[in-house]
Amino acid sequence: MQPSNLALRWLDQLGAHTLGVLGAFGDFCLFGASTISYAPVDIATRRGWGRLLPQCYAIGTRSVPVVMLTGMFVGMVLIVQGWEQFDAAGLSSRLGAVVNISVTSELGPVLAGVMLAGRVGGALTAELGTMNVTEQLLALRSMGADPIRFLATPRFLACLILTPLLTVYADLTGALGAWVIYSGVYGGDSEAFWRYTADIVENWDLITGLVKALFFGGAIGLIGCYAGFHCRPGAEGVGRACTEAFVSSFIVILMLDFFLNFVNNGVYKALYGTRSLF
Amino acid sequence: MDARDPIIELRQVSKSFGRRIVLDRIDLKIQRGTSTVIIGRSGTGKSVLLRHIVGLHRPDHGEVYFEGRRIDRLSERQLVPIRRQISFVFQLNALFDSMTVAENVAFPMTETGNGRADPRQIAALARRSLQMVGMAGFEDKRPADLSGGEKKRVALARAIAMDPPPKVILYDEPTAGLDPQRGDVITRLIRQLQREVHVTSVVVTHDMKLAAQAGDRVLLLWNGRFIGDGTPEELLSSRDEHVRRFVDGLAEPEDLATLSQ
Repeated sequence: MQPSNLALRWLDQLGAHTLGVLGAFGDFCLFGASTISYAPVDIATRRGWGRLLPQCYAIGTRSVPVVMLTGMFVGMVLIVQGWEQFDAAGLSSRLGAVVNISVTSELGPVLAGVMLAGRVGGALTAELGTMNVTEQLLALRSMGADPIRFLATPRFLACLILTPLLTVYADLTGALGAWVIYSGVYGGDSEAFWRYTADIVENWDLITGLVKALFFGGAIGLIGCYAGFHCRPGAEGVGRACTEAFVSSFIVILMLDFFLNFVNNGVYKALYGTRSLF
Repeated sequence: MDARDPIIELRQVSKSFGRRIVLDRIDLKIQRGTSTVIIGRSGTGKSVLLRHIVGLHRPDHGEVYFEGRRIDRLSERQLVPIRRQISFVFQLNALFDSMTVAENVAFPMTETGNGRADPRQIAALARRSLQMVGMAGFEDKRPADLSGGEKKRVALARAIAMDPPPKVILYDEPTAGLDPQRGDVITRLIRQLQREVHVTSVVVTHDMKLAAQAGDRVLLLWNGRFIGDGTPEELLSSRDEHVRRFVDGLAEPEDLATLSQ
């Protein structure tokens, strides 16, 4: 094959792939817009709540133990990691505050989001993917019902509402786990732990953490539902969709976290100026 | 609209998936109150054709009419009133796993209806539909607890549980995966529903027994086009080679050639 032909073929493949990716992104945006557009009406109607509450139980209530465990171990590990350095510098009394600010503003929402992407996002994709390959989505359409409204919107709303609430659990158990190791294992001063935490961790940190969780929840819900609605036929198609949904959710959570941190820092600086932990 | 006008009409409908032509300039008129059976080999586009009638697929070319109204260009929202007059029995039954049998049957009335129906009337209609298909007493079971034949019967009950009753029921391979006796029950039910509910039936199948017993008219779809059209008796006595081979269940020469290779 001539080099010019090879280059043309490569360009052709690159162009086709780019078009495919852009098309899929456009399709995802339309799906997201359609899902979100039904949310206000569904929240305002009894029928909408009838569809939402079972999802709140499946997505929220059943995720509480795993999110609490995640938060607790994150808090405990951070104390174990930081104790020697902070103690050597004579700053062990501040370690609790540093850990708690990390948990509330960063690790709590991110790790809760990642856990939910695995537990909830995967389950959403598997459930909707199975409904897709067994013609249940087509059946809904054939009966004059919009599958996005009946299936995607309640799941999206449940993820959106409950991820911040689950993050509160992660924050609380993170702080408790950190305190248990700080005072129980290393003999740190409990009074200093909570006093510096109260001084340094601001409402701003809590709120920005919860705002992040709101975005993460929305992303998990939309990606999980979209993957289920568009999975390929067969068990392999559903399995692949679950994996893709989890990986995509994970990456999107990290990307959103990066950009939201930029925005948060900018807004904080504009409102209160630069702050120091010491 | 005149009662003699076709309730469903397809004009020059073509559909391709990638480079594969599934339907090739299909013309079809279905009269009100009749039972039409479309037969053909697996993968020849029978289900695709059926889905065009209810707007689940859009033709690449051609036009689809329901009661004289062109529907292939309607939006999903505009299609809703059309879809509420047509029931679809899917090959895999498409019962909702998270609901009981009674909830599945009542679904078209409770969730997609206009919200005016009385819940007691809906429950009574669902019970009556289940009785018609011999599934009374199964109301509280889940689809996962039912056998293949029972699921099919619940899907039939859901198809007729509409107020007002559907004008058309589309059946996609209604006896697929069932043993001959259960298949016979479904065939009889299709006939019974047509008599009692006065519904227009369109059945897609490769089951010749079902075609012969349930159809007033049988069409054979072959390579995207109809090559046979007549009463079951006419089709069974056809001299067309492809029709004969299909009716007799004999492989095509090209299929045999691939086997010998």
